[in-house]
Amino acid sequence: MASPLFVRNDMLPPLPPPAGERGVVKWLRENLFSSVLNSVLTLLACLAVLWLASFILPWLAHSVWNASSLAECREKIAASFGPEAAGPCWAVIRLRWNQFLFGLYPQAEYWRPTTAAALMMVSLSPVLYYGLRRPALNITVTMTVLLVLALIGLGTDWGHIVLSVAIMLALMAVAATAPKRLLWLTLLFPFIAFFLIWGGPIWTAVGTLAGFVIFALVWQFVQKPLGVVVGAGVGLVVAAIWWTSLQSSVTGVLAAALPWGLPYVVSDNIGGFLLAFVIGITAISASLPIGVLLALGRRSDMPLIHSLSVGFIEFFRGVPLITVLFAANFLLLYFLPPRTNFDLILRVIIVVIIFASAYIAEVIRGGLAALPRGQYEAADALGLDYWQAQRLIIMPQALKISIPGIVSSFIGLFKDTTLVALVGLMDPLQGVTKIVRSDNAWKGLYWEPYIFVGGIFFLVCFSMSRYSMYLERKLKTDHR
Amino acid sequence: MSFADPAPKAGFRLSQLIYDTRYRSYTIQVVVLLLLVAVLVWLVNNTVANLAVRGKDINFDFLWGRAGYDIGQTLIPYTNDSTHGRALVIGLLNTLLVAVLASFFATILGVIVGVLRLSNNWLVARLMTVYVEVFRNIPLLLWIILVFVILGETRPGPKDFKVTQEMLDAGQQPAASMWFWDSVAVTNRGTNIPRPLLEHGIGSFDILGLPINLSVIATILVLFGSIWVNRILLRKASAMQEATGIRPTTWWKSLLIIVVPTLALLLAMGLHFEYPELKGFNFQGGLLVFHSLTALLVALTLYSATYIAEAVRSGIQAISRGQSEAAHALGLRPGRTMSLVIMPQALRVIIPPLISQYLNITKNTTLGMAISYMDLKGTLGGITLNQTGRELECMLLMMLIYLALSLLISALMNIYNNAVRLKER
Repeated sequence: MASPLFVRNDMLPPLPPPAGERGVVKWLRENLFSSVLNSVLTLLACLAVLWLASFILPWLAHSVWNASSLAECREKIAASFGPEAAGPCWAVIRLRWNQFLFGLYPQAEYWRPTTAAALMMVSLSPVLYYGLRRPALNITVTMTVLLVLALIGLGTDWGHIVLSVAIMLALMAVAATAPKRLLWLTLLFPFIAFFLIWGGPIWTAVGTLAGFVIFALVWQFVQKPLGVVVGAGVGLVVAAIWWTSLQSSVTGVLAAALPWGLPYVVSDNIGGFLLAFVIGITAISASLPIGVLLALGRRSDMPLIHSLSVGFIEFFRGVPLITVLFAANFLLLYFLPPRTNFDLILRVIIVVIIFASAYIAEVIRGGLAALPRGQYEAADALGLDYWQAQRLIIMPQALKISIPGIVSSFIGLFKDTTLVALVGLMDPLQGVTKIVRSDNAWKGLYWEPYIFVGGIFFLVCFSMSRYSMYLERKLKTDHR
Repeated sequence: MSFADPAPKAGFRLSQLIYDTRYRSYTIQVVVLLLLVAVLVWLVNNTVANLAVRGKDINFDFLWGRAGYDIGQTLIPYTNDSTHGRALVIGLLNTLLVAVLASFFATILGVIVGVLRLSNNWLVARLMTVYVEVFRNIPLLLWIILVFVILGETRPGPKDFKVTQEMLDAGQQPAASMWFWDSVAVTNRGTNIPRPLLEHGIGSFDILGLPINLSVIATILVLFGSIWVNRILLRKASAMQEATGIRPTTWWKSLLIIVVPTLALLLAMGLHFEYPELKGFNFQGGLLVFHSLTALLVALTLYSATYIAEAVRSGIQAISRGQSEAAHALGLRPGRTMSLVIMPQALRVIIPPLISQYLNITKNTTLGMAISYMDLKGTLGGITLNQTGRELECMLLMMLIYLALSLLISALMNIYNNAVRLKER
């Protein structure tokens, strides 16, 4: 007799979920048609996308890459796609890309800013990945390859290609053996870049650098017995004496004895994205330390330092950048000794640095304020002095908190470099585009140059913001 | 029994100024003060010397001199016989006009985009992300110039709007037509919109040469009065809801209270519109809005709205998930959850960045200079400066005005911020 008990020996196979609860249908239902309102929104969005695409796609499909004037472009489009068709004429970018990138920089010297750009990427590597051999080597090798390709593309003569490659190979050796040493390149980079881009005798850059070396030496000696602030003050005074009264005579003698250097390029010829990057990168790297000092000044217990910092920060945050740029253009010469005259780009860079540091200071102040009081008290309890506490305990945390704010200030700063066109410099957006658009062959053109310039700005700013998000995630140490 | 000797009383040593933390801060401050004074003296000396070299002095009398240049778009009467001072006021009003309008539109657009970006509708959220990223990562100046160039170079001229008898007979359409029931015409010269006119306004009077329009003031007063009455109504409704649990229907009362008095006043003053009409080669009548104003307004709105959207989004995300989960658990629908639970809390997070956006909009109006919009930078810091050659005075005055404007806006918004802030006791 069979047992009345039924024991299942094998599991039934699971049924597939109902058709509405899986795959594309589920995704569509949850993400596009979850309610009446959502369905309406989806349909409206679809219509908007289709409407935009119906304009943009045919237009892009009619692109013309080879032409010497707008009229020729129009003819080509009409010949291939019918008389009603409209299309972009990218030929203008093909013919004028060098002006968009370099302004009126002499064509034979294009290798200089290009090499400077490659060196900049290499000198960034110790900042981004300090002491790590692999990323440093990766960046150096990639930049070497890119540099060679770019130099060949720019039609540089072989001598300069070999020179640039030799420099890069030397850096590669440093990156492979002692990646931490690359930090010296970072410190030297401003002087190298200045020399490469403007040219002139090498001794000007060396002399300016010597001033900083003097400052560092004096600071080292004085800081031990007299403290950081006094040390910096004395160092600054000695360096200022060197810069103002000694440097020119010493470098003059050297330049006469050893006339090494590169052909001089006038500031008026520097334009396009080269100008935007020169101003942007200088201002970004200089405004961060000044901003930190201002933020510390604003939180200082000393009433004079506090009120000076507040006044400085609030003044520059209260006025538009354009007025500050115009002040650099019109007023700076009033405030300096009569008959001093210095370069407009330099003046603009100085005021942009001042302006940006006020914004950075406020961002960092936010980070400082977000730190719990216990951190300060712990630093005091360990017996650290003010600068040690700031360097070892406060700043690493405060800067980490303020990364998103700092990067968005940098993005704003880089976008604001377009404003220098209004004081007569040749930035890519206003300056160069105006020149191109006023050329008789290209009159009546508007989308193409703006799309090109906007596209490059978008790439740079977007990657900066994505990098800051990555950094934020990487440095996140709280457990939420 | 012996006590330890009291610490030896050393006199004040000079080295204490640097080594003793009690005195060091004074030392540093005195040194900084001396340096500051030295720098100021140096700057003033240089300025005096430079002014002497150029044979100039510091003198603001030019503000009362004849300006001699025309300004296209003015809110108050101005001719080229007016003074530079009046040109300054015109510029300031134009700055404020763009700043207020752009802030208004950018807030509306920004809030909508910020909320939609968090929507669980995949397509809409993606579209909004694309909009925000594209506009945030490209310089504002590009948008301003692009809108200006497109308006100026692609719109048809006024003659293209012309409809002749022959065209009617042949059944042809003109090359371009007006929008919104023949009331708005966008030509390559500007935008022609209807002009509101009053049949019998209350009149106006002048304060220091600035016309104060009584009709506008009366309208604003009535509007604010009805908003105030409406608030009393709402407060009473809330009181009744708390007492009885039933909230009386108020929406139609609110609508009546807000709309009717203002409308009645406007009708009593005989409000009517003067429409632009094509006469000869140009549009006559109506109000001509220059493309510089339109482009600045459109670009500034689209650009700033992305920042406001991000502020709104991060404000909403700052509210912990528990709040919306609690609201859902109480049975509130998504819309009510947003308006009753999330938004009131998010508002407190949103307002501080919103303040700085309004400040940024005000400062960014100076970019109108690139398309020769006549704001403060265009009048005082532009043509007046070039004509009189008084760089120092013009620049200082302009910076002071912008600074005062910024401080004023941030003070006003801080008052509002304090009013809505969570009261912690």
